[in-house]
Amino acid sequence: MKFSIVVFPGSNCDHDAYHAAKHVLGQEAEFIWHKETTLKGADVVVLPGGFSHGDYLRTGAIARFSPIMAAVSQFAAAGGPVLGICNGFQILCEAGLLPGAMLRNRDLKFHCEHVGVRVDETDTPFTSLATKGQVLRIPIAHGEGNYFADADEIADLESSRRVIFRYCDSDGQTTDDANPNGSVNNIAGICNVGRNVVGLMPHPERACEPVLGSADGLVLFESVLSQVAAHGGVRTTAS
Amino acid sequence: MSAVDATLLERHGLTTDEYDRIVRSLGREPTLTELGIFSVMWSEHCSYKSSRRHLKKLPTEGPRVLQGPGENAGAVDIGDGLAAVFKIESHNHPSFIEPYQGAATGVGGIIRDIFTMGARPIALMNSLRFGEMDGPDGPRTRRIVEGVVAGIAGYGNSIGIPTVGGEIVFDDRYAGNPLVNVFCLGISRADALVKGRASGIGNPVYYVGSKTGRDGIHGATMASAEFDDKSAEKRPAVQVGDPFMEKLLLEACLELMKTDALIGVQDMGAAGLTCSTCEMGSRGGAGIEIDVMHVPQRETGMTPYEIMLSESQERMLLVVKKGREAEVERIFEKWDLHAAHIGEVTNDGLMRVKDRGTVVAEIPNTALVDAAPVYDRPTTRPGYLDDVQQLDLSTLAPVGASDALLSLLGSPTIASKRWVFRQYDHMVRTNTIVLAGMGAGVVRVKGSSRALAMSVDGNGRYCYLDPRRGAMLAVAEASRNVACSGAIPIGATNCLNFGNPERPEIMWQLVEAVEGIAEACRALNVPITGGNVSLYNETNGEAIYPTPILGVVGVLEDASKVLARAFRGEGDEIVLLGEGLGELGGSEYLKVLHRLVRGRPPELDLDRERRLIDLLARAASAGILRSAHDCSDGGIAVTLAECAFDTSGIGFTADVPALNDADSTNRPIDDIRALFGESASRAVVSVRPSERAGLMELANAAGVPAKLIGTTGGSRLVLGAGGRTVIDVPVAAAEGVWSSAISRHFKGRAA
Repeated sequence: MKFSIVVFPGSNCDHDAYHAAKHVLGQEAEFIWHKETTLKGADVVVLPGGFSHGDYLRTGAIARFSPIMAAVSQFAAAGGPVLGICNGFQILCEAGLLPGAMLRNRDLKFHCEHVGVRVDETDTPFTSLATKGQVLRIPIAHGEGNYFADADEIADLESSRRVIFRYCDSDGQTTDDANPNGSVNNIAGICNVGRNVVGLMPHPERACEPVLGSADGLVLFESVLSQVAAHGGVRTTAS
Repeated sequence: MSAVDATLLERHGLTTDEYDRIVRSLGREPTLTELGIFSVMWSEHCSYKSSRRHLKKLPTEGPRVLQGPGENAGAVDIGDGLAAVFKIESHNHPSFIEPYQGAATGVGGIIRDIFTMGARPIALMNSLRFGEMDGPDGPRTRRIVEGVVAGIAGYGNSIGIPTVGGEIVFDDRYAGNPLVNVFCLGISRADALVKGRASGIGNPVYYVGSKTGRDGIHGATMASAEFDDKSAEKRPAVQVGDPFMEKLLLEACLELMKTDALIGVQDMGAAGLTCSTCEMGSRGGAGIEIDVMHVPQRETGMTPYEIMLSESQERMLLVVKKGREAEVERIFEKWDLHAAHIGEVTNDGLMRVKDRGTVVAEIPNTALVDAAPVYDRPTTRPGYLDDVQQLDLSTLAPVGASDALLSLLGSPTIASKRWVFRQYDHMVRTNTIVLAGMGAGVVRVKGSSRALAMSVDGNGRYCYLDPRRGAMLAVAEASRNVACSGAIPIGATNCLNFGNPERPEIMWQLVEAVEGIAEACRALNVPITGGNVSLYNETNGEAIYPTPILGVVGVLEDASKVLARAFRGEGDEIVLLGEGLGELGGSEYLKVLHRLVRGRPPELDLDRERRLIDLLARAASAGILRSAHDCSDGGIAVTLAECAFDTSGIGFTADVPALNDADSTNRPIDDIRALFGESASRAVVSVRPSERAGLMELANAAGVPAKLIGTTGGSRLVLGAGGRTVIDVPVAAAEGVWSSAISRHFKGRAA
């Protein structure tokens, strides 16, 4: 199975996603430069973390115009699994593949730490092997991860069960104390209407080996492996 | 001195003697551009004119050393055909004037030094000194702390290099002159180190990166003068960082280095285009000719003087092979960078600067680099020493041991730095196997079984009381911290932060410290591969504590055997390696509980230290240790408490040997000495009961005293001395004090 990892000039978690896919999971993985126009036979597309173009303006605001994004949109429209991690999530929002936007963390500070993340929905390609309510211990590392959307959008997300991950304490309670950045409804990750495009602020690729302090993030990658194996890839010729 | 008068020289930080030296070396009077070039190259910051003759005393060679001082960074062999490339550098003066940008550009500068060597940077650390957060200077200090931490985070996080740890000390002596020392480590193939030298007549010289602006002109000169109340006016001399540009430069340069089109490269740090041009020429025994009209400029109307002296950030100078220009330009274009061809390598050994074809400066590289003045500045043992080295413990007001422990845990210097570390992305690149704050910084080396451990340490108070011993203790502590992670120390870098070297007392401190570092590095087998000297750390005539900072790097052969400070479970046995002698001189206890900075710092027996370090690495590789933590600030009581923190509340019951003579009655101060004395060459380890005998055997063979002092478990810190319980507090209460001591100062500030 092939993971295509899109590299923007300021991506800095591209190597981490590559390492997780290739060396931890033993899958094929390839970097795709953002100026390219095809995903080179991807089964799964990952938009990794980082600061795509420095993000001085607004996170992901410039990245959405990269040539590769047309292919990503096409792949997503065809039902292909797309995972946006941190800056990748921000880019998916800017590109309109996911709703909402990220504000600065409510304390205006960057946070890098392990947090509790509750899996609320398991009918996405990235959570199919998780159990509903499962609490993952995964790191966050962001200064702008405060998820925001207007009330109608939030209501729509909630009613269509498209909030996939929420910040929680070790018991799975979505308390305000467990919310590291001020996100509405403790939202840590969401999916699109088709449920194949998932974005989240926490970094599952940093939690794939016990030596790093947690292997809880593996379930996202193992889920998509089993989903693609079961349903076949999307491999449109255009992508 | 026709065109050049005293005012002009003063503005350039040059003495009349130095000016005469310039005239002699040129055989004529310099042009204004040339005067500017000499002034930055001969500044203390670039020329090391006060410290150079003493730095030669440092041991710089060893079987693992691949690159010693003299290049952009040092390098040591770590096995598997790989090299660790590392260096520490200061950005003290800019960080005081503009904390965020000062610290950020400090990080940017040290990262460039590492990738310039052909290494991919994989870890950052820092050593910071601030004033006290309470008291009259509190508001200003808190603003500086917030700015510096945010600046380090803003740069490192964006470029994607983890800041894996560091140390922070708060003391009034740094209120008007904070220290920001940043350390970076990278990995390269051992046979692919890139040098900063120019060679090959006619080879093109390229300029890549940010455009040149008027920022930072005379930054190196600013860093070579004392501060006063008008220093804020020097803000224009602080540069502004662009981590995204640096990320592009980093990736493009590493890509270029994979080809064989590159001859040499150097970043434009202090003294900008001037320093990179003449140093590359000097190292390669060649000349370089450039025309400033080709230098990309951010502002209009810039003079050659301004272009040559600008310290705009994120710029590199490269020499590439003639005929390979298109290939080089293609790589930079991929990263949306414009490589400007600004000149050529020549065979005349001159740095020739033209402006639209007209020569505006023509100086022998040797005059700028090798013929720079070297001073043997006078030294005098400071008069204050005889007084402050006296310590009479009998005059101290009695303090209960539990109260003392809680006070120390709440001292910002000892307290948890989580508020700081969590602003740093310390996990990016998924190599960090000891999280920030849990011990030495440890990153695994992907593709091998190894890991690299690193620690930055220094104790200015010790060095104030005895610079030689204090400096030796800094080497020992950094080495011991690395060993506590299970690694064998293999190399070191140092950053020497001192006051005005023109004062004989300060110069004496510097010389004593350098000699102490040399002696300790020899004994502990950690050669110095490079570093930095920061002098004139004074504001309004008051110097900082003499503060040499040591960065030590170690190799852990089996990354899976890595150790951190925290206890791992209940029912483990706690063993003290080494012996406490009850030394309170210069201790955190005296400072926090009695506002005293007195006495001699702890004795250091380097042979004993080396045996402890070897034992720690050996016991770790045998897999018999569960945790290890170095004993330093706050003594064994603080060390044990820290072992219990971040464990979800695993307490301990322990008892340390009493210090009273067998026949005398115990005095309360003896318990204090036993618990809070800072004797060197000690570590606290935990083992499963079944492994204790094995540890004792190893310790015995190594000649290191080892004593079972307690057991982990329970939810309280229970600590006795000589069989009498003197401290008994809940872990949660103690940890609460420790974990909130820094963050509480920033509550309510944009919460």
